[in-house]
Amino acid sequence: MKFRSVFDIIGPVMIGPSSSHTAGAARIGRAARHLFGREPKYAHIHLYGSFAKTYKGHGTDVAIIGGLLDYDTYDERISQSLVTARKNGMKIRFHEEDAHTDHPNTARVKIGDDDGELELVGISIGGGKAEITELNGFELRLSGSHPAILLIHNDRYGAIASATAILAKNEINIGRMEVSRKAQGEQALMVIEVDQNIDDSILDELERADHITQVAKISD
Amino acid sequence: MFRNVAELVELAESENIQISEVMIRQEMEVKQLTREQVFSQMERNLDVMEKAIEDGLKGVKSHSGLTGGDAVLIQNYMKNHTPLSGNLLMDAVSKAVATNEVNAAMGTICATPTAGSAGCVPGTLFAVKNQLNPTREQMVRYLFTSGAFGFVVANNASISGAAGGCQAEVGSAAGMAAAAIVEMAGGTPSQSAEAMAITLKNMLGLICDPVAGLVEVPCVKRNAMGSSNAVVAADMALAGVTSRIPCDEVIDAMYKVGQRMPSAFRETAQGGLAATPTGRELEAKVYGISLKKE
Repeated sequence: MKFRSVFDIIGPVMIGPSSSHTAGAARIGRAARHLFGREPKYAHIHLYGSFAKTYKGHGTDVAIIGGLLDYDTYDERISQSLVTARKNGMKIRFHEEDAHTDHPNTARVKIGDDDGELELVGISIGGGKAEITELNGFELRLSGSHPAILLIHNDRYGAIASATAILAKNEINIGRMEVSRKAQGEQALMVIEVDQNIDDSILDELERADHITQVAKISD
Repeated sequence: MFRNVAELVELAESENIQISEVMIRQEMEVKQLTREQVFSQMERNLDVMEKAIEDGLKGVKSHSGLTGGDAVLIQNYMKNHTPLSGNLLMDAVSKAVATNEVNAAMGTICATPTAGSAGCVPGTLFAVKNQLNPTREQMVRYLFTSGAFGFVVANNASISGAAGGCQAEVGSAAGMAAAAIVEMAGGTPSQSAEAMAITLKNMLGLICDPVAGLVEVPCVKRNAMGSSNAVVAADMALAGVTSRIPCDEVIDAMYKVGQRMPSAFRETAQGGLAATPTGRELEAKVYGISLKKE
């Protein structure tokens, strides 16, 4: 079941005008921000389907950039986000794509700075709920019904054990786990769905573990 | 966890509790929260809804200038006339319009289940309130009951206009409101389901065709009509009228209609009212573009 909480239906509290094109879009931008870990210096946003056709009227552009500035769906600063981001030095480009995607509200977000780059694909499935379907070329199959931790790591022995050891020590139970890599010895991704919400202190601990380069969580 | 309306009604009736109580208990279990936490989170949503209605009734205008001020017109009309459709109905309509006008003006609202359909649930609630005199707790419960039915639609069909057309948004919202009115008025859980079914049946096939891609025309007035649909359906269900097609099958029909809806009618601003000469003219005016360009 994609929707597990009554507050997915009655909620979120948000700045109008569209839950899928504004609130959901803000959440996609914010997921990218959290995964990247800091405010990016550039952002290339590719919009597909209904997003591409109507983004100006719905404020999808200001919402995604608002998310990149770490604003929540109800943050009144969203309407000024483009101005703020540019003032902070962020270079922003929007691309309206014609390609057909599985979901009508799809955005591909490429962000980065001198130290790194991140690319994700997010879909806005209605009522303000968003899902991340791709991260740095890795296809994600998140159920969306449990909190998840995403760990980008080097494909080396011991990387998985060091992550799971930290979770075990903190008494976090793993419900589902998936490991994928681009090629042997290169960048890899662990997706770990857990039963409880994760404290930031645990994320910090994971980030310091051997071979792990980036850590983010996706809340329920 | 209930997966459909039949299971939701069965859960409520077998334990002799209200639909809202089933939803509250499920939320506590899924999120591992206390009753107080779940309740107070919903109460905050209620506060946002009340504030949005207040703002809308004072009069707002969207940035595009396409919508705003109609809630005030209706309230003024009610002060000077006896509305032919009745005071309660027009009150619900004006408060639904107020909410969606605030949304269009990029004000703060609570999505129920979406922003474009945010008017139906609070609009009906704050109108029915004047006749039924509910406690604050009953008003919060109204939102849980709405949420329970929306939950079923979201998981078995869709609440997204881009995926299923307006029937999935305002259709779902109106159905959710109808079910909640029935509970607040003292109806049974199965009467709530009947009210939802009757409402949604009459919203089937409704396309999503926003002029200029904005959540304004016709969205604001669709919330007005969705709210009136909800009040009438609730009255019918309370009178004992039932839907020949069970609620879950209506939801499934709505899903299948949405799947077969061409993309022009699913929030792309390519068809319906958006593609009328006036719709195109308004679009050009909003974006400052030349009509010839197209």
